[in-house]
Amino acid sequence: MTTFEFLLQGLLAAAQPLNLLYALIGVTLGTAVGVLPGIGPALTVALLLPVTYRLDPTGSLIMFAGIYYGGMYGGSTTSILLNTPGESASIVTALEGNKMARAGRGGPALATAAIGSFVAGLIATLLLAFIAPYIVKLALVFGPREYFALMVLAFVTVSSAFGDSTLRGLTSLFIGLAFSVVGIDQLTGQNRLSFGIPDLLDGIEVTTMAVAMFAIGETLFIAAQGDKGPDKVEAVRGSIWMSAQDWARSWKAWLRGTLIGFPIGAMPAGGAEIGTFLSYATEKRLTKHPEEFGNGAIEGVAGPEAANNASAAGTLVPLLTLGLPTTATAAIMLAGFQQYGLQPGPLLFATNPQLVWGLIASLLIANLMLLVLNLPLVGLWVKLLTIPKPWLYAGILLFATLGTIGANPSVFELGMLLTFGLLGYAMRIFGYPIAPVVVGLILGPLAEQQLRRSLAISQGDVTTLVQSPIAAGLLLLAALALIIPLILRARGRGEVLSQMAASED
Amino acid sequence: MKHFFLASILAGALALPAYAADYTIMAPAAPGGGWDQTARSLQTAMQQEKISGNVQVMNVPGAGGTIGIAQFASQQKGKPNALMVGGYVMVGAILTNKSPVTLKDVTPIARLTGEYEAIVVPASSDIKTIGDLVAKLKADPGAVSWGGGSAGGTDHILVGLLAKSAGVDPTKINYIAFSGGGEALAAILGSQVTAGVSSYGEFESQVKAGTLRLLAVSSEKKIEGVDAPTLKESGFDVVLQNWRMIAAAPGLSAEQKKAVEADVEKVVKSKTWQETLKTKGWADTYLSGEAFDAQLAKDISATEAVLKDIGLVK
Repeated sequence: MTTFEFLLQGLLAAAQPLNLLYALIGVTLGTAVGVLPGIGPALTVALLLPVTYRLDPTGSLIMFAGIYYGGMYGGSTTSILLNTPGESASIVTALEGNKMARAGRGGPALATAAIGSFVAGLIATLLLAFIAPYIVKLALVFGPREYFALMVLAFVTVSSAFGDSTLRGLTSLFIGLAFSVVGIDQLTGQNRLSFGIPDLLDGIEVTTMAVAMFAIGETLFIAAQGDKGPDKVEAVRGSIWMSAQDWARSWKAWLRGTLIGFPIGAMPAGGAEIGTFLSYATEKRLTKHPEEFGNGAIEGVAGPEAANNASAAGTLVPLLTLGLPTTATAAIMLAGFQQYGLQPGPLLFATNPQLVWGLIASLLIANLMLLVLNLPLVGLWVKLLTIPKPWLYAGILLFATLGTIGANPSVFELGMLLTFGLLGYAMRIFGYPIAPVVVGLILGPLAEQQLRRSLAISQGDVTTLVQSPIAAGLLLLAALALIIPLILRARGRGEVLSQMAASED
Repeated sequence: MKHFFLASILAGALALPAYAADYTIMAPAAPGGGWDQTARSLQTAMQQEKISGNVQVMNVPGAGGTIGIAQFASQQKGKPNALMVGGYVMVGAILTNKSPVTLKDVTPIARLTGEYEAIVVPASSDIKTIGDLVAKLKADPGAVSWGGGSAGGTDHILVGLLAKSAGVDPTKINYIAFSGGGEALAAILGSQVTAGVSSYGEFESQVKAGTLRLLAVSSEKKIEGVDAPTLKESGFDVVLQNWRMIAAAPGLSAEQKKAVEADVEKVVKSKTWQETLKTKGWADTYLSGEAFDAQLAKDISATEAVLKDIGLVK
């Protein structure tokens, strides 16, 4: 049978009414658990995986796929509505999505996230089906020096994309980098800046930092404004659905997000969040509405959400072709596959085509179900925002705290949450962007380890970093991304500076 | 991310009336590696054999398991349903990292499995035999980069022992530590490093698919069904087995410890577990109680000697 026939057969099996019901149940469960604060997709899948064990292999694969997509989308919903990202891949979604929600555009934000996830999931799953074996070869070309170059590119684009001033962006980034060196060094096992506190041996947890900076800092900021703050949040302004303009601005972002997210997800050390960072930076560069970024630009939700979903499908590439689980979610999926007698590895596509194509067909069906379930629910979700402001923020504070101690039950973690919350508040007052701190915390250790590994392999020869064409190309891109805006800024100095002063908030 | 698995305990505790048999197993390594596979196999066996209704696995990667053991010892203290997978790698890592938390700070329950180490190169490499590789190592020790698990672990120790046996200064080896087997495997497959060292099971499917070339294994005698010489046969007096164990939390009462030991024994004797051993190619090296405690103490002092010998511990 050809690839196409296998896929068709899988789709036919998955489209049985009973299986569609399983998909719907999976998506519903996944979304319901995924929206709980502090619970990301990995945990959602881990919690619900046993539910699928009772069914026949086809049914359980489908329900599993539903849970997976539902969990991911549920996480985005809380990011957009409550500004409490449950995992690092939805941090960027919170950035613009929450601004949109608070400007009465929560409906379009949720819709573009759902449709973008669907489009990206669809394209990426098809890419997985047809070109996985080739993609994985490409991904393996990425060694330590290539990853390091990719990190440099991410640093440069991201720090200039968040906020209006490169200097302020870099300052925030370096705060994050400073925090990122805390903990045991992975390459030598030495303790760094942990001051004998066991909670710090592990480094600073990204989600604690993210929730503190976004949710706690924001709540303090709003509370400190008192009556002077903006009027109460308007839940729905204009249509709850996406307007023609929203569609026009979203579809390109979806496609670009998919193209960025899929290959990065397919790399064994890529990581979903890097795709979302790069997608956000790209959208900000290309947008015709730069003034809206930071105040709720729909591209800033559409692109990263698509990248997030595409990279999740990309994660399946090393998982299915090499048996390499590269994220926590993938590791749990691996356990799930083994339950169905699927042994991921280089021979899987050859030895077990029925199950592989069954899985891919299930992902497509679950993806569709997600859309079917969630688009009608958008109206219900945005009602959350009509809660009066003091109650809403008290609720956010409660959920942020519960989520953090739920994820890591320790007094020290709670102390960190509040301290970082204060830091987030202070940075907001002085006009420093928040996101680069979290970006630095995520990318810092990755960049450091990859740099040290590449230098160890080359025995200390620094030129190794530019000897691979891919690494050199990525570094060149990074250099251009840094220099070109500087030149542009120098040329139109007065204009840019006045614009900066005007948009300071 | 790993902390979210901890959250599952909390969520589980809120949702259901907790009963002691709901085990949480920590794999103190990144997903995909040997400890992770051991933890997940235990999870499957416990659930299928109805020894425990709901088993969660959580990954706490890094530094040969010393990050995991520190967290396990401090956060799970006195919890009778917390388990941690560990092994020989951890023994070495605790020594090289001068970890303040050691295996004395947890409750070792039993040794479960053993696996021999394998040395591989990517299929595209011009190195055909272990002799070729050692010749290269002798010519310029730094030019041969070895990809494997954390610093001071079994993989690192094997490279040190091989170098010493070949007459190369073991402190000169260029060992690149990756956290967890998965990441190292990707680097080996991508020819990012000269050679790779890990348990044979982690390379098996790649070797069978022809993407990796198996040069040698670290067993005493040739392994049945494995087409590669032992290091001993190749003229290097090196034998190394990477064993894996299960430990419970510190501060358990004698009764609680007995209950865990009984559950672990049930798992080990179960059909599901025995089948898993077969498919994964792990040898059953089950050893528990005082015999295990004595063997563990012996292994720790032997490892310390080896690490000092090859210059990893001063």
